Amino acid sequence: MTSTQTTAPRTLAEKVWNDHLVRQGEAGRPDLIYIDLHLLHEVTSPQAFEGLRLAGRGLRRTDLTIATEDHNTPTENIFSTIADETSRKQIETLRRNCEEFGVRLHSLGDAEQGIVHVVGPQLGLTQPGMTVVCGDSHTSTHGAFGALAFGIGTSEVEHVMATQTLSLAPFKTMAINVEGTLKPGVSSKDIILAVIAKIGTGGGQGHVLEYRGSAIRSLSMEARMTICNMSIEAGARAGMIAPDRTTFDYVEGRPHAPQGEDWDAAVEYWKTLHTDEGATFDREVFINADELEPFVTWGTNPGQGVPLSQAVPDPEDAGDDNAKDAARRALEYMGLEAGTPMKQIPVDTVFLGSCTNSRIEDLRAAAAIVKGRSKAENVRVMVVPGSAKVRLQAEAEGLDKVFTDFGADWRFAGCSMCLGMNPDQLAPGERCASTSNRNFEGRQGKGGRTHLVSPVVAAATAVRGTLSAPSDLEPVA
Amino acid sequence: MEKFTTHRGVGAPLKQSNVDTDQIIPAVYLKRITKTGFDDALFAGWRKNPEFVLNQPEYRNASVLVAGADFGTGSSREHAVWALRDYGFKAVISSRFADIFRGNSGKQGLLAAQVDQSDVELLWKLMEEQPGVEIQVNLESRTVTCGPVTVPFQIDDYTRWRLMEGLDDIGLTLQHEADIDAYERTRPAFKPTTLPART
Ligand code: SF4
Repeated sequence: MTSTQTTAPRTLAEKVWNDHLVRQGEAGRPDLIYIDLHLLHEVTSPQAFEGLRLAGRGLRRTDLTIATEDHNTPTENIFSTIADETSRKQIETLRRNCEEFGVRLHSLGDAEQGIVHVVGPQLGLTQPGMTVVCGDSHTSTHGAFGALAFGIGTSEVEHVMATQTLSLAPFKTMAINVEGTLKPGVSSKDIILAVIAKIGTGGGQGHVLEYRGSAIRSLSMEARMTICNMSIEAGARAGMIAPDRTTFDYVEGRPHAPQGEDWDAAVEYWKTLHTDEGATFDREVFINADELEPFVTWGTNPGQGVPLSQAVPDPEDAGDDNAKDAARRALEYMGLEAGTPMKQIPVDTVFLGSCTNSRIEDLRAAAAIVKGRSKAENVRVMVVPGSAKVRLQAEAEGLDKVFTDFGADWRFAGCSMCLGMNPDQLAPGERCASTSNRNFEGRQGKGGRTHLVSPVVAAATAVRGTLSAPSDLEPVA
Repeated sequence: MEKFTTHRGVGAPLKQSNVDTDQIIPAVYLKRITKTGFDDALFAGWRKNPEFVLNQPEYRNASVLVAGADFGTGSSREHAVWALRDYGFKAVISSRFADIFRGNSGKQGLLAAQVDQSDVELLWKLMEEQPGVEIQVNLESRTVTCGPVTVPFQIDDYTRWRLMEGLDDIGLTLQHEADIDAYERTRPAFKPTTLPART
């Protein structure tokens, strides 16, 4: 990706980059890029605020900054005092810092609180053509709107606070072309798991992935966010989808959406945000949506996945010695034998939540499957909406009732069991079908075993107690 | 930030690929609110295992980590770099680094030196033949030396310059504050602001 202003055909990512160029880096130096929206949460911000304070610097644009509390949320009862002292301290520190620097904060109990990547789009703060950053790798989620959105480290958080810019070397670009029609029971989560299994957890390194093609165009905004969310699991800096009617309709009328003449001007600009005919990508990948099946991971990185209808692969069939070794280690950690059909693997817990799959549409899809059924005995089922707003909306639609009748636990909004940082954790050896994004060792709790799945696979698994696709279920009597 | 030109210290072989940031520092340590004191958190899940490389007496004082490919994948947590730094590491050598990890390293004065996988394996061999052997990392000449062997490493020019000058990021950018002001004046009115809050 070049950062020169040009009339030559450009990719979507190049257009957004160029429109945010404050200063072009000379002689191999990085460009200075303007940041339109800076999202904060309690985990990666305290040291950045501390850095500002130590250097006697202020926060340049409080009006382009917003904070929410998510990682440490007690989802069983959001109004309870946080028992863990360090968790409580992080939350209190965020509150103090936001107060001191004048940053808008949505605290536990507030109607707009929730996972940072659910809150931004929901408020209409995430819009096409923006640059969005957060000290959180899943910031790539916002790319679903045609924004250039990526995770940054804490020093960069401090840099954005002080300057509203970042020094960045241009990214490379990769097209992920997904053509065709998804079969029933196959969802956007399966697309992205298949992409990662194909290109590997390092395959996207240094690239912005642009998801294109008829299968992508047909997806809702929620489904697009699921895909962009996991771009980072392929090692990419960001994921993007060109904005279209679906995007505009989603943004329109949200609290921070442009209004009146601003709306018209915005849409006119947004319509220019697509990869030009003839623009070239550094790499292209092709996926046939017709052939996709529900996908599930068997190992300890998101690239170690197979279609659910298959068996646990034999490490001997993995590429080089390193890959074989990694596969062996993964199977040992996961407590799995090569050759076991995936569908025979029993789970202890089903987790429906996280910034990957906790939006209203995800909850609706899962609820449609569990409705009128009861969960398998001995399986714990947790449903954790991504934001307080999603929770309220679900309750207004009666989804909470569907889940609790089914035997699931209906919780308050937060990151919950996506990561072992709050009370929602797996016990050592506990096996979980999870709609989150990471199956790393210990991610959901020390010794916990994670299988990444889509919301509908999570729901079917909760019914049968073994990893299952919706098509495995008997019709409701 | 301290200036970095060369460093010489005990090398530790971490013969594993895909060492993700959850392994470098488990999430539970992210709750802290300070910028230092993370030495105890480094590889916390593995530190209890007496077989783990850093628990071998020869490697206790290691300051150069030689790891497998795809080091630092996973979350963007900068704590991974702080933990390595606080433990005493000055340089990490691998054939491939995750982008965010590499970026974070450069900003904290930790050198992420990219070396061919065959050279990583050569270094591992030398380190195993002579546990506790010192490794010299020379940023000026972009080379790693262990005993008789010297291999090149890659690092982008800009990060190298900054490490060698010990330059802080924000200070560098604020030299261009006039450009930022000028850019802000051209931003379209339809771009959203978080304040005043609308809900
Ligand atoms: S839900 Fe999980 S991945 Fe998303 S922001 Fe929270 S911890 Fe990170």
